[in-house]
Formats: sequence, C-alpha cells, structure tokens
Amino acid sequence: MIYLDNSATTPVHPEVLTMLTDVIEQCYGNPSSLHHMGVKAERLVEQARKVVAEALDAAPQEILFTSGGTEANNMAIRGIVEQYQGRGKHIITTMVEHPSVFEVFAYLEEQGFRVTYLPVDEVGRIRLHDVEKAMTNETILVSVMHVNNEVGTVQPIEEIGAILAQYPKALFHVDAVQSYGKIPLSVRKAKIDALSLSAHKLHGPKGVGALYLRKQVVIKPLFIGGGQENGMRSGTHNVPGIAGLAKATILAKIEQTRRMNQFQSWKEQFIEAIMDKLDHVVVNGDQTQVGGAPYIINLSFPGMKSEVLVHALENEHVLVSSKSACSSKNEKASRVLSAMGLSDEAATSSIRVSMGYQTEQQDIMDCVEALERVVPNLQQVMKVRKK
Amino acid sequence: MSIYLDHAATTPIDPRVKEAMDPYLEFAFGNPSSIHAYGRDVRAAIDVARETMAHSIHADPSEIVFTSGGTEADNMALRGVMVEARSSGKKHLITSQIEHHAILDTCEYLEKLGFEVTYVPVDDSGRVHLQDIQNAIRPDTALISIMVGNNEIGTLQPIREIGGLARERGILFHVDAVQALGLEEINVRDLPIDLMSISAHKIYGPKGIGALYVHKKVKMMPQMFGGYQERKRRAGTENVPGIIGFAKAVELRMQERERYREHLEKLRTELFRALKEKQIDFVQNGHADQSLLHIVNLSFPGIDSETLLMNLDIAGIAVSSGSACTSGTIRKSHVIQALHVGEERVDSAIRFSFGQSNTTEEISYVVDILTNTIQRLSKT
Ligand SMILES: Cc1ncc(COP(=O)(O)O)c(C=O)c1O
Ligand SMILES: Cc1ncc(COP(=O)(O)O)c(C=O)c1O
Repeated sequence: MIYLDNSATTPVHPEVLTMLTDVIEQCYGNPSSLHHMGVKAERLVEQARKVVAEALDAAPQEILFTSGGTEANNMAIRGIVEQYQGRGKHIITTMVEHPSVFEVFAYLEEQGFRVTYLPVDEVGRIRLHDVEKAMTNETILVSVMHVNNEVGTVQPIEEIGAILAQYPKALFHVDAVQSYGKIPLSVRKAKIDALSLSAHKLHGPKGVGALYLRKQVVIKPLFIGGGQENGMRSGTHNVPGIAGLAKATILAKIEQTRRMNQFQSWKEQFIEAIMDKLDHVVVNGDQTQVGGAPYIINLSFPGMKSEVLVHALENEHVLVSSKSACSSKNEKASRVLSAMGLSDEAATSSIRVSMGYQTEQQDIMDCVEALERVVPNLQQVMKVRKK
Repeated sequence: MSIYLDHAATTPIDPRVKEAMDPYLEFAFGNPSSIHAYGRDVRAAIDVARETMAHSIHADPSEIVFTSGGTEADNMALRGVMVEARSSGKKHLITSQIEHHAILDTCEYLEKLGFEVTYVPVDDSGRVHLQDIQNAIRPDTALISIMVGNNEIGTLQPIREIGGLARERGILFHVDAVQALGLEEINVRDLPIDLMSISAHKIYGPKGIGALYVHKKVKMMPQMFGGYQERKRRAGTENVPGIIGFAKAVELRMQERERYREHLEKLRTELFRALKEKQIDFVQNGHADQSLLHIVNLSFPGIDSETLLMNLDIAGIAVSSGSACTSGTIRKSHVIQALHVGEERVDSAIRFSFGQSNTTEEISYVVDILTNTIQRLSKT
C-alpha cells in the first residue's frame, strides 16, 4: 500500500518508536512522585518541554502537554473565553478551521458570544482587511489556523499578529497542528498568545499534543485535579508520549528545508502530470510554496464522489483521503471548499493527497498512474462530459 | 537495589500489554476516522477493545467513552452531568471529603458556577456513612459521586448501598474506580452505577488513556468538541495504541484477579508481620479489612513523612506520602485530615502500594531499612 494520507495521521518514526519502548521499560514513574522514579520521569518531561519550546521560539514554562490537538484547541479557546469574558463577548475565527476549533466556536455562539467567521478567498486564505474590519473593542479572541488540513493553505499568521498587537484585549490563538515541525513559526515574532500542536501528525505517537500559552496569559483549565502543568492541565503525564513528541520534533528539524523543497517539487510534478493526463480536474488551494503547504495536495473531480474515488484508489493500493479524517463520515460537501467558493459538485468530489517523511517520489508518481487508471473509467460511468 | 512500592501512583506497563500495543505503534497506524483500509482496520480493532472493556464490567460497548485518563473522566462526568442537569432545575451534587482532587477541585469549580455541593464526612477509618448521604439528599440533587476505593488509604466505600439510595431517589451515581479497577468485582448491571471513571496506567496499562462508563440513559454535555469520535461525546483522534493497551490490561486483570489478590494479601500480611516483629510503633490509616488490597497507609508517630520518604528513597525504596498528584508541591493530605485522627498522623503518614512484581523478600527488606531509618530519625 502507498500511504498518502499523512495529514490524517502518520506512521511513528522508528527512532520515536525506540524512544517509546525505552521510556515504557525504564522510566515508568509518575512525574508527580517525589522519589527517584518520579524524578527520573519528571526530568524526561522537562527535557521534552524544552525541545518543544525551542521549536516554537517559546520559553519551556509556556508549553503545556495535552492529549492531542483537539484538546489543545478546546482548552485554549474555552479556557481563554471563560477567563476573559468579562472584557468582552466578541470572538473571531475563520470559515475554514478544523472542527475542533469550529465546533467550539459554534458552542460558544450558543452560549451567547458574538462570533465572526472570517470568509476566505478562492485559495482559502483570509484577507487582512477582513480581520481589521472585524476587530472591535469587545473582541477577546481571534483564532486562525496556520496550515489548513484540507487544502494546505497557509494563513498570514505574522501579519494577523501585527494587527492584533494594536488590540491589547484580543488574544491570538493559532491551530498549528498541520504545520508544527514542518513550516517554521515563531510565537514571539508572530505575537501569538496560544498555539496548538499534535504529535501524531509528525510521526509521533497518538494521544499526545501540546498547547503553547504565553506566560502572561491565564486560562480556565479544561481538566482540574492533580495540579499538573502548573495547574493548567491536571492528569498524570503521558511520559512516553511526551518524550515521543519531543523526539519527533527533533527528527523533524533534520533537513527540514531540503525536505520541504523536495515535497514542493513532487507536488508540482504531480499537478503537472494530472493536469496533463486527466480532464475535468480542479486543483484546490495555493500552489506556491509560501502560500500552500508543500506536503498537501487537494484535487476536485466534479461530477464524481470523493468516497468513490478514495475506494477506487484503494483498489490500486493507494491510500488518500476524502476531506479531512475527522469529518470523513458526515457532512457531504467540504465546508472548507464551499467557503472557497467552489460549487457543490467540486466540493463533494475532492480528494487529499498528503505526504510524510516516508514518502518517496515514486509514491507520488504511482498515485498519478493510479488516478490515470481509475478516473477516466469512473468519469465515463458517471457520465462526466468530455471537454 | 530498587524497590517500587508506589503502584497507586502509577504502574509499569505489563510486557504483554506492550506486546499487544506494538503492532499499533509499528504498522497499524491509521486514523480510525479514515474511510480507507488503514482506517477501517484500526476502527475494527478499537471496536474489539471497546467490547473487551465493556464486557469486563458487564456494560454495553456503546457505554464506554475513551478519555485521556482518570482525571479527564472525572471532570467529564461531573461537569457533563451537572451542566446538563441545570436545564431541569437541578443544581446539587453530593460527594465525600476524601475524593481525589480531580473530583474535589471540579466540585469547587462547579460551586463557582453556581452549583451547590455537599461534602459528606467520613469516619476515622475513611468510610462514608449512608445516613450522611441520606441527610444530604435534596429535591434538586442531580448527582452523587463517591470513589470505590481511596487512593491514599485504600478504604472501600459501601457502593451498592449508596447507589441504591441514589436509584431510589432518581439521582445519578458516579463512582471513581481508578484504584479499584481490576481488584474489585465491578458489574454495572448488578451495582447501581450510572457513571464510572477508570484509568489504564494504574493497572499495568499505558499512560494517557482512561475511560468513562456512561449508562445509556445518562445525558451529558460533552466537554470536548470537534469530531464524531466516541459518538460525539469526546472529540479527538483516538489514542489507538493506548486503547488497545488499556483493553489488554483490563483483560489480564480480569483473568488474573484472584491470583493477583492472593499475591497482594501475602505482601500485606508480610508487611504487618515484619513490622510487628521489629516492634515498630505505627498506626494504620484506613480500614483494617474494608480496603483495597494494594494500598497500606501507615503513620509512624514522631517521624516526619517527607524525611522518611527521602531516606527510603536514598535506599532505593519508592513509597509515597500523601497522593502523588500534587506536582512537587507537598500539600497536606486532605484524606488523612478528614479522618480527624490528629495532625501528627497526617504529618507522619506513608503510603505503601504493592504490585505484581513485588516479593515478600522485598517487603522484609523494606521493613529492615524502615526500622533502621526510624531508629536513626527518632534519635535526632
Ligand atoms: C488543523 C487540525 N487541527 C486539529 C486537529 C486535531 O488534532 P488531534 O487529532 O490530535 O486531536 C487536526 C487533526 O485531526 C487538524 O488537522
Ligand atoms: C482515585 C483516583 N482518581 C483519579 C485519578 C486520576 O487518574 P489519572 O492519573 O489517570 O489522571 C487517580 C490517580 O491519580 C486516582 O487515584
């Protein structure tokens, strides 16, 4: 099987795996325990905290470990809003966020908060003047993702941070789950107050992630009890998971630039070949390397159904995704693609091809060939008109 | 020599559990929400794990919600139920003074939101009295939350009777079974339990995974949004290896429960025997026989527990004073304080918690070291 669904989840890197096994066997203490087994585990957690902090240009005490990206998003958004709601009742996000942000905003809207959902342009990017226009004196939170999980579009995080700097009441949260360890982002430079990340998108283990929270920012915790993570996130530390996240972070840095350039060139070759060989294909998102994540490709085949395509490719031993994994089963049209102005036809017929460290050029070319084998036949069955 | 007697804080992973997890770390890595083969295979494995978990407590698989651990399960149960109850005008919750901080701190938070909480006392052995629960019940009581067995002193609570009271009055009953899982027989069809928190790392499973059993009839507000996982009750990509490991740990505990209980009984007996033989002055905190078998909490009059803990640690013996989950900061044990047996006992309490790899030889060695240390500390 050729696995090209790395934005849904990634295989654990062999070195991360070794790390997990070592920690499980030798460092099983509870970091909250005062004895040597506890101290040993605590040291590991603190080392990991430094590694993650460094990758984000943050201070170690600004990193809080969570059970994943979803928890980090919920914790940041709910925690900030609950803490600072006395300052105002207006919050801002975008039309293209992951459900773990989007649905929290929907919940808060039900709770009586005023929510602005920023629109996006045809490549999926919000416009800075829309941000400026939306800001009010009542705005307490703006949440914008760094890289979109469906189409890979990169949002202008530093520019948004600069705008928000003029509104001291408004905190800035960034969902960086799809970009962490792949596209550098400095929380200092971009003036970010909270940032979410997840290990399993970066060849780390499932069930662990982190929230960067700027020192001066206080949140109402989502889980309370033992007082771990400075009281911000209670619960016994997932020590192997945390160590695995750190290891994955370190490994991701190796040849990061070269790897990203490589993905970009494969992506370009892929798109060129597809456009050349297939009819009725639309490429979604921003294809430039600064504007779109090099490791995510999104295509629509109007007139077809994404699920049908995914299964047809599976028969050809190529695994890709229909929309994002988290919403695969439900809504029909992709909310993200619809927000970009695509027709229902295009928004229900998209597939996502996403690369990881184990991906090779040949995999991408094999995917092109598989598409060449399945698409024309399916188009004939579905009676998609020829050009 | 290193002797680990802190299994109530956390346990090492059983190698058989690790072995069960390995395929899901190494190659079966799909996202269960993906519609392709890798996703489907993993989804099927999770379904089996959920069944194993459910069967072990006689629940339906749809009644198991996986979480990141016991703390999340406790928070989710209390917040989820109380927020939902508010719409029907109920705002009162009953718990005990010796619950884990995941419960007590959540209660405090709920109080700030306008809910009302009664913290029932316990007797000097740590037992909750039915009469106190009965007296605390009000027409607007939505939930009673009582732990099965205490994490510091091991005392078991009369769960069946408390649950019976709750059922009679139409009140939901939550139990924190984090320490009791695998040791006590828990059948949610037989016992009147509506919600139950459990955690894998206390039963030789992985850290970062737990679950909340939620009876079908219980409506609760989710605490995490953003996906269709766990029937919309708990969003987030599933911790697949964690879930597989948890189910394996539960399966092993069920198969080996009797043997494990006998093993722990032997270690307990040896501890008390050796202490008496050495004529060490001690009092047990907790209940002499209504107790979780892996926990023994003792106070050594005149000895400061932190000092004793450090000295034992230097000798390679890992025990605990108070509960572990206080993150370096040494809070006085609220549990032993609630027994009202005097400050001295609070300040001199040590928790020994046994596990499957401990031996009676280790226990006698520990008592030797303990004797020397106490003699040395008493002189100064
Ligand atoms: C952009 C984005 N945010 C958040 C998440 C949720 O992260 P996790 O799967 O760790 O809960 C995902 C992945 O599913 C994602 O792609
Ligand atoms: C009784 C009890 N409840 C809840 C917890 C919290 O569980 P976890 O460590 O999985 O968050 C613990 C352990 O710390 C416990 O002993």
